[in-house]
Amino acid sequence: MIIVEDLHKSFGDAHVLKGISTTFDKGKTNLIIGQSGSGKTVFLKCLLGLFDYESGTISYDGKIFSKLSEDEKRDIRAQIGMVFQGSALFDSMTIAENVMFPLKMFTKMSKSEMEDRADVVLKRVNLDDAHKKMPSEASGGMQKRVAIARAIVNNPKYLFCDEPNSGLDPKTAIVIDNLIQEITDEYQIVTVINSHDMNSVMEIGEKIVFLKDGHKAWEGSKETIFKTDNEVVTDFVYSSNLFKKVRKMYLEENH
Amino acid sequence: MTYLHNIGLYFLMIKEMFRKPTKWSVMKHLILKDVDDLIIGSLGIVAFISFFVGGVITIQTALNIDNPLIPKYLVGFATRQSVILEFAPTFTSIIMAGKVGSFITSSIGTMRVTEQIDALEVMGINSLNYLVFPKAVALMLYPFAIAIGMFLGILGGMAACVLGGYTTLDDYILGLQTDFNSFHMTYSFIKTFIFAFVLATIPSFHGYYMKGGALEVGKASTTSFVWTAVVIILLNYILTDMLLG
Repeated sequence: MIIVEDLHKSFGDAHVLKGISTTFDKGKTNLIIGQSGSGKTVFLKCLLGLFDYESGTISYDGKIFSKLSEDEKRDIRAQIGMVFQGSALFDSMTIAENVMFPLKMFTKMSKSEMEDRADVVLKRVNLDDAHKKMPSEASGGMQKRVAIARAIVNNPKYLFCDEPNSGLDPKTAIVIDNLIQEITDEYQIVTVINSHDMNSVMEIGEKIVFLKDGHKAWEGSKETIFKTDNEVVTDFVYSSNLFKKVRKMYLEENH
Repeated sequence: MTYLHNIGLYFLMIKEMFRKPTKWSVMKHLILKDVDDLIIGSLGIVAFISFFVGGVITIQTALNIDNPLIPKYLVGFATRQSVILEFAPTFTSIIMAGKVGSFITSSIGTMRVTEQIDALEVMGINSLNYLVFPKAVALMLYPFAIAIGMFLGILGGMAACVLGGYTTLDDYILGLQTDFNSFHMTYSFIKTFIFAFVLATIPSFHGYYMKGGALEVGKASTTSFVWTAVVIILLNYILTDMLLG
């Protein structure tokens, strides 16, 4: 479990995160949503330890990250898998080498053991025959799946995804969403997803944290987001006519 | 203030580069890859430039010696001194700032833009050690490239001298052997080692700390070349004054 308490982060005079508190549970897909500039990416980078923050705490299974030694921080990071918005695959390596990279860095596995493990996770993300391709030869959806395979190859306890659906067609986006949810459930990891995609919110948002102007404006789930009358949330989530209709139908059915 | 900030940041980068080393089994492959990219891949251009610059020095020296009292072997002597003291170590390093430096800046800068450096950091890897340290180690072989450059510069001078009919081969070789001071080689290789470190770290600094997108990668490569060349020229002056002055 990840617990965030009263997190504050500024860049010069700009106060970006203004006292965010929340928890992210094991085995659940936790979504952070909000408009551009609401502080989602900064929040995610604070969770990942890429940004320092002024005050507040982030604890990973009871260990307060900022109070850990460098070695202990490294141990926590070795348990983190991250799927970046642009996949962030190493373009000098093949897809199989990208997936094996965390194993090469953090385990004492032999080459054949690493290859076997890469096979397993590439199969898990439905990429059986892409081992020798370079990332530049793969489509956007394939790159995202390779990034997920690389993130889970070392059995992480925490999986972070920054806009995993950006730039993907709706069908591929659903495949990626379902894959993340299945992996979260199967490996019982803490998954935190930064997203703009309302389809993801409705499909896999077991917990949703809505940020606005650096504040946590609302917290709930894909079920409660239909029922909420919080105007800030409804203005954002139901800004499209399609979602307005979906909500109306849901409320009529469950009245 | 920005300059002071960047100088401070550069030295912090150097310090950070030696912290939390990457596993040796991974590091040795990175070093070998960088030796291939940075040294082996540059031998062609170093050889080409050295050979022809050596030839040009010889021709210009020979054409400027029109006094019959000045011995002809001076052409070989002047070529040797120019090539060993300045052209091979300094001139070639400035060319390398363009070739190797912009390669380093653009490759690290692209990794920054595409979040590959963030990916390394999230995994708990010291990205500076992973990216910059192998380049600094690989470029410690740079003096070998310069030694080849010295040899080819002198050879180019000899070819131009004999084929152009400026002096005889015997005179040229006599010039090469006249008043040879072995400390000049030491001075030249000390310079080369220091320039090699500059060639690895200044372009890495500009790539690693760049902000923005593809356009900024191009700008960072240009800035990196300018600063690498400036630092090499300044260090050249300081080292020459310290070691030969």
